[in-house]
Amino acid sequence: MSSLQFDIAHLLAGSLVLASFLMLYQDRLYALLNVYALHAGVLALSVAWQAYVQDAPHLYVTALIALVFKAIIIPVALHRIIRQLGIHREIENVIGVGLTMMAGIGLVALSMVVMLRVTPGADALAREDLAFALSVVLLGLLIMVTRRNAVSQVVGFMSLENGLVLAATGAKGMPLVVEISVAFSVLIAFIVIGIFLFRIRERFDSVDVQALDRFRGERR
Amino acid sequence: MTIDALGAILLIPAISATLLAILPGYLLTAKLNVVAALATFLTSLLLFVIEPTSGQYLLLDDLNKVFIVLTTFVGFTTSVFSASYIHHEIEIGRLTPAFLRFYHAMYQVLMFAMNLALIANNIGLMWVAVEMATLTTVLMVGIYRTHEALEAAWKYFILGSVGIALALFGTILVYMAARPVVGEGMDGMVWTVLVKHAAQFDPALLNVAFVFLLLGYGTKVGLAPLHAWLPDAHAEGPTPISAVLSGLLLNVALYALLRFKMMLAVNSAAITPGPLMVTMGLISVIFASLMLYRRRDIKRMFAYSSIEHMGIIVFAFGMGGPLANFAGLLHMTMHSLTKSAIFFAVGHIAQVKGTQKIADIGGLTVTNPVLGWGLMLGVIAIVGLPPLGIFTSEFLVVSSTFARAPWLTVILVLGIIIALGGLFLRIGPVMFGEPKGKTAPAEASYVPMFTHLGLVLMAGIYLPPLLVTSFQNVAKLLG
Repeated sequence: MSSLQFDIAHLLAGSLVLASFLMLYQDRLYALLNVYALHAGVLALSVAWQAYVQDAPHLYVTALIALVFKAIIIPVALHRIIRQLGIHREIENVIGVGLTMMAGIGLVALSMVVMLRVTPGADALAREDLAFALSVVLLGLLIMVTRRNAVSQVVGFMSLENGLVLAATGAKGMPLVVEISVAFSVLIAFIVIGIFLFRIRERFDSVDVQALDRFRGERR
Repeated sequence: MTIDALGAILLIPAISATLLAILPGYLLTAKLNVVAALATFLTSLLLFVIEPTSGQYLLLDDLNKVFIVLTTFVGFTTSVFSASYIHHEIEIGRLTPAFLRFYHAMYQVLMFAMNLALIANNIGLMWVAVEMATLTTVLMVGIYRTHEALEAAWKYFILGSVGIALALFGTILVYMAARPVVGEGMDGMVWTVLVKHAAQFDPALLNVAFVFLLLGYGTKVGLAPLHAWLPDAHAEGPTPISAVLSGLLLNVALYALLRFKMMLAVNSAAITPGPLMVTMGLISVIFASLMLYRRRDIKRMFAYSSIEHMGIIVFAFGMGGPLANFAGLLHMTMHSLTKSAIFFAVGHIAQVKGTQKIADIGGLTVTNPVLGWGLMLGVIAIVGLPPLGIFTSEFLVVSSTFARAPWLTVILVLGIIIALGGLFLRIGPVMFGEPKGKTAPAEASYVPMFTHLGLVLMAGIYLPPLLVTSFQNVAKLLG
């Protein structure tokens, strides 16, 4: 593998982590969705590059799914849902932006330390990819725990799945079963969420998870 | 023949799910659901006469035979209970026929997904199946569409998805570890191939992979501190689903974990998964048994008891060795049977009384003697009193581990005793207190409940040699 190929793959995977950071401090739902679309777009590019480098044409399918489904359809659909349901567009953070960013940096450092240390045998591209992928997964988790709003938690979860796709494509020659299943699970997850959002809308006027939390687990 | 029987336990639920989604009329579909579940169970019995096989996607060995038969059996009895349960729900208008069509189709999809997870030889396929089972149960937990049900389903969905995502990351890491040894492509995900070559895998990568798998599938097993979804999901969904969740789905996730444990055991340089599992198991036991004391909702209380028992089972498998594995396997079987019987009773009780609040239910042995004593028998079994089956299995767990790790076993026994106190304290007034709530006679189907309790009682007194040999084989396999 030439060093240019490696550099481009590295650049794209790194951009994905950067996009995750961008999501971390958005405080408007629409902006968050736009950044998510960017996230999915970068993922599509990265997967397509992997397909080219590894000479694995089936990965182009995964890239296409990422581009069409995740970068276009889902953000557009969520935009519409937010408008139709009249969801509050500000995102309430559990902790401040500064602290969240610090935690994010810590998580990225952690994933670098862990993944690079345990994969000395693997080839450089896969190593870097895996380390970046773990960072994206952990940042996705961080987005989920620091947001109170149901839609932004879903977006956090979807960015987490993007990280998984990055990892799956980085692992050279991984059978297609898994890529399809990942894409498929996003689809299912989205349908589920759609149903849920609608049901929630039927009953209450908020899609804020805190409003759902009223009884905190125990009947009184 | 081999492939036929294996394919049938997938095909029957798949076809009936489609049928149930199309056919109208809940009386008919409820019966069809029972018939389909029975057919699947009978087919699963065929697996005992055919030879173990393995292909690129499917696998049959002694380990999953036991799991499949247990799953299809409890799936069948629960469908019988479900038929009488939903009849009442329709009458009081909590569910509408349209929702029931959906419910029955989902029930069969769930059975399909669990069977697929159990016979999958491909770790990617297994992951897909577990994910599918999770999604169907999420939908069923939210089916009442009340405030609480939606919150429970949401929590379950988010936590379950995070768990399942971590499990996928672990799966990818396993593939990464396997790739240099077994080559690229499908072989890197076939479990039998992985086990054969696991000794040459990079141990560091396997270790990290196992941590992710333990966290991921461990969330689905309901191990503390990853259990937060479990009590809500059990309390707010329809009771047949609580029974299936506790009795079966937790086992399926545990099965996935055991497969990976077997793989790590082959590689001598990798960490031994045992201590990790023992620690999480003990934390679950202690935590859940303490939580039993302040429960106000009867289904939620038994959900915590499920966490406790999964803790005991994971502890036993974590200790390892033929005896402890045998004990863990027996305990898992006994817990599935007992806990689903308890949920059958609780489901009817909640319907009769119109509430799940412990404070509003009283004097059951007077108002509804059959249900009351049935539940009492279930509780006696679940806390581990002789002569029922759980006493046998808990005794085996304790005695087989005491010599090796006395202090750990003391903690375990302490947890079991705390749980006994908690459950009796809460269930006492419900059983023998002043009669409270409505006293209408129950239109219940007692057969599933007493079948399960009868089996548990029988296991406590006499274990058939056939069962013992088959469990011993599995225990040896687990190492």
